[in-house]
Amino acid sequence: MNNSKFLTMTASPHVKGPIKTKNIMLDVIIALMLPLIWSVYVFGFRALTITAVSVVSCVLFEYIYRKLMKKSNTISDLSAIVTGILLAFCLPVTVPLWIPIVGAFFAIVIVKQLYGGLGKNVVNPALAARVFLFVAYPSQVSSYNSIDSAKLSPIAMNVDVTAGSTPLAKLKEGQLPESGVTDALIGNIPGCIGEISAALVILGGIFLIARKVISWHIPVTYIATVAIISFIFPAGNISNLDYMLHQLFSGGLMLAAFFMATDYVTSPVTKKGRIIYGIGCGLITVFIRFFGGYPEGVSFAVLIMNLFVWYLDKNTKPKVFGGAKK
Amino acid sequence: MNENKFDIKKHFFSSLFDQNPILVQLLGTCPTLATSKTMIDGIGMGLSATAVLILSNLLISLLRKFIPKQVRIAAYIVIISGFVTAVELLIKAYLPSLNESLGIFIPLIVVNCIILARAEAFASKNKPIPSMIDGLFMGIGFTFALGLLGMIREFLGTGALLGKTIIKGYPENGFITGNAGAFLALGCLIAAVSFILSVAKNKKGGNK
Repeated sequence: MNNSKFLTMTASPHVKGPIKTKNIMLDVIIALMLPLIWSVYVFGFRALTITAVSVVSCVLFEYIYRKLMKKSNTISDLSAIVTGILLAFCLPVTVPLWIPIVGAFFAIVIVKQLYGGLGKNVVNPALAARVFLFVAYPSQVSSYNSIDSAKLSPIAMNVDVTAGSTPLAKLKEGQLPESGVTDALIGNIPGCIGEISAALVILGGIFLIARKVISWHIPVTYIATVAIISFIFPAGNISNLDYMLHQLFSGGLMLAAFFMATDYVTSPVTKKGRIIYGIGCGLITVFIRFFGGYPEGVSFAVLIMNLFVWYLDKNTKPKVFGGAKK
Repeated sequence: MNENKFDIKKHFFSSLFDQNPILVQLLGTCPTLATSKTMIDGIGMGLSATAVLILSNLLISLLRKFIPKQVRIAAYIVIISGFVTAVELLIKAYLPSLNESLGIFIPLIVVNCIILARAEAFASKNKPIPSMIDGLFMGIGFTFALGLLGMIREFLGTGALLGKTIIKGYPENGFITGNAGAFLALGCLIAAVSFILSVAKNKKGGNK
């Protein structure tokens, strides 16, 4: 009993788990590697170059900003690397190389660091940068390379493009894309670097759920909402099932549902909140895809729902067990 | 504040920086957001508002003892709108291109908060000459902020300054010249100014 080691106590928590921001981010990076490898296989090494430029500039901007502002250095939490990869993943492989640098500046400096750094940003930096690039440079970031064209030069600043239209653009016109659903699932379609292969993104997402990095609530409710609505209301003469599967597997839905909507900082904490958040994301995505000016709506949808997170958390607080009744 | 205590130099700097109507007092943000797409638009808007500000401050200060307290706001608006109409007609006659790019925002100077705020806070309590000087300085502060914001947005958006291309082949950035970019650029500018002011204040405090 005189073992004083067990009697002196610090303030709680007493048992500390091994989970740190760094480990979580490392899991996310591992989960993102499969789509990247596939993209390099499909589009050639330019996909890797763009990802590398994006990651390096994200890390550099974070380092420079923290250094200039004389704040603690936060590169080692790997969050800037995740932002960099996600940003590159939502760009087509044909973008000029300065695009990811501008995007990284916007994501890291304006969206993340000006608000106080990781944990204080209101919206997801990678998604905000994507929307910024889409609005600012529409012609540069929406030309998609058809996948059977020659591989692009990995280091040239600008590249000529054999334009291919994405399945989502076709669906928007009410036509069935030439590529089948399996092509979209495997990733034989033109599109953004990290979004073409739905199957590999889902695999990465399942890995994250299995590692308990993310919970299932947001991705499942998000994808289910899109699935149900697009099943009920197909456009043109496309059969319900085909339309739904194309809506699900082509475009950025999977990447956004598993990797962007689930960002800890910008998603609700409570289970109920997460379910509402997922449904909200799904509804806005479908509305933009159906009625909006853009063929793709996931980035806007997640961004808009990011702004509601505070309200969702506030209004879905679980009741304290045994607490006084009102 | 009586006339001989009126410190012109101090007043000038305070209206330009630490009491800047847009960047610190956050008055008149609506015309700021709308007319700062290019530097020329910004400065044009700033100067027209300045003209109105000087004249309305002068007249309101002259009439300050005659205007009953209960109807003062209505009286101010009548005076201001008279000057705004004059300025609008002048711009239409002599600067048709500026009139085209500013459009509805020239008549909307009537409801510019800065002008009403100066009328209420300064001109109605001070003598005519200081009121005029106050209007001039506040107008300069307004023009300075608008021109600066216009410069930033024009340069980042199109790579040009005052309509002249500075960087050839600059890819046009539709975000910064658009509405969302106006909010963002103004927010960043306000943040930067308050950061600089706080640094300057700390330095002053440290020296004492």
